[in-house]
Amino acid sequence: MAAHSLSQAPTRGPSWLRSAMPVVRRLFARRIVLVAALLLLLVIGVAVLFPLLSDADPSAIEIGERLKAPSLAHWAGTDELGRDVMLRIVHGARYSLLIGFITAAGAVLFGTLMGMLAGFFPRLDAPLMRVVDAMMAFPDILLGIALVSILGVSLWNVMLALVIVYTPRVARVVRATTLVLRELLFIDAARALGVRTPRILAKHILPNLMSPILVQVTFIFAYAILAEAGLSFLGVGVPPDIPTWGTMIAGSLDYADRAFWTIFCPGLAIVLTALSLQIFGDGVRDLLDPKLRKAA
Amino acid sequence: MLRFLLTRLAGALVVLAIVAVLVFALTRLASGDPVALLLGDQASTADIARARIQYGLDKPLPAQFMLWVGELLQGNLGQSLFLQRPVAQALLERAEPTMFLALFAVGIAALIGIPAGMAAAIWRGGAADQAVSGVAMLGASVPSFWLGLILIQFFAVKLGWFPASGYGDPTSPLGERLQHLMLPALVLGLLNSALIIRFTRASMLDILGEDYVRTARAKGLPEGTIMVKHVLRNALVPIITVLGLTLALMIGGTVVTETVFNLPGVGNLVVRAVLRRDYPVIQGTLLVIAAIYVFINLGVDFIYTLVDPRIRLEGK
Repeated sequence: MAAHSLSQAPTRGPSWLRSAMPVVRRLFARRIVLVAALLLLLVIGVAVLFPLLSDADPSAIEIGERLKAPSLAHWAGTDELGRDVMLRIVHGARYSLLIGFITAAGAVLFGTLMGMLAGFFPRLDAPLMRVVDAMMAFPDILLGIALVSILGVSLWNVMLALVIVYTPRVARVVRATTLVLRELLFIDAARALGVRTPRILAKHILPNLMSPILVQVTFIFAYAILAEAGLSFLGVGVPPDIPTWGTMIAGSLDYADRAFWTIFCPGLAIVLTALSLQIFGDGVRDLLDPKLRKAA
Repeated sequence: MLRFLLTRLAGALVVLAIVAVLVFALTRLASGDPVALLLGDQASTADIARARIQYGLDKPLPAQFMLWVGELLQGNLGQSLFLQRPVAQALLERAEPTMFLALFAVGIAALIGIPAGMAAAIWRGGAADQAVSGVAMLGASVPSFWLGLILIQFFAVKLGWFPASGYGDPTSPLGERLQHLMLPALVLGLLNSALIIRFTRASMLDILGEDYVRTARAKGLPEGTIMVKHVLRNALVPIITVLGLTLALMIGGTVVTETVFNLPGVGNLVVRAVLRRDYPVIQGTLLVIAAIYVFINLGVDFIYTLVDPRIRLEGK
């Protein structure tokens, strides 16, 4: 149904909509990308809307109901304190998605800035990139652990640590693209017309960086959700009283053999969300990468 | 050639110096006094002050940094605040499980990743490609500790094929200890194969687009010969690179998996050090792991140059 309405380019409406439609149609030409996008929409929708519509408390303890297997009353069973696992997954989605989003946004912001400076100004290239190299010499999770342990265990510090971990990644990608763009004719043309450097960066380089940046956003979003889970598992992540998908697994660890669902279900939420993000990111990359498009 | 190698070496040393500064800054920015932690609630202020002097923590930061670097250059990573032994010794004691685990896991990742990536490239756009790409993305979406917990439940608890945790008795034969590594290596190998699959596929596709492949086809060479002799051989160079880098990253990236399986490796050492604010151990381990990464990177660069002369020409 959705595919049908997409296939008809609108003849009326604002011009941006008319030019956007073929792009959207190409993006969703692969059915799997459409499925991933719909799943993401569902996860985000439920995470945002459900807590507004229902006042069921995800932390409500019911000792009589503890470690109950999945049933109609409790879709994903209950945990060691009798809390409904499904309800906690829905509430946890808010935090996990928030962490993913803030991390991706922060890393892209700083990484783009670093990458553009390094790529555009040869003098800044070596110093900035050596720092990036040094930061990338630490395995992601190890750097994350060290940073959170120093900043202290809290929701915001986890995000801050993950922004620091993923900024160099973005910087590398952005620098590489900027290096290519810098040599292109339209930059020379802009300069010949007397356009100042900050304006060239903002109006000519940045728009052309959008596609690699967009791809990075989806991937870092996914990695951040995974990393948060790992950090929380190690005890250097989000405080245990906040239900994220990571803290849920970490909290129920001792009950894994008696109540498998308490760790399986939140993990499944992580996998499905991260997978959808990556499929969507892959779709965006296929769409925007001219090299791939030509070959297809 | 020599100039190229020396430039690379100098670059690596600069990176290492920045790594040292970062590591030092990281641990010194931390809140919480390690000495107060070490001595416990009963310690008097005078005791704490004395211990601070003993560990050199009373000096200004730049002086502490220079002291630390001076010791580093003599191969001394310092003394653990909690383990009653030098950091280097603690690291060596923990090195074996981590190294075997990393090697084992890279082996599994290569065994899965290279054939799968090749298949995806050869039948590009076909069902095999779609399936392999899907599996690769799945691998990058699964939290390692979660997969570990599931494998433990299935293979260790239900079937009893492998031990669920630990590394066995240190005096037991190597084979027995390695058996403890099967499940963790499977977790890391499966998850890291995603990167190898992507890299193999991309690298094969790059080569498939080369003129000499078209020439070989035009000559009427059998497709199998072209794939093995012309494509795979050339594609292997970047694949070996990514294998090397995977190994380097894995040495420090086993942290979570070691914790799930309760392996007494380097990752386990760091996690405990972090929880106890054992600065010298955190510093030493981070530094050693980053240094291993930088040097494997450098080594990979050198091999690359030896194999592919185009790279050193570009470097000039």
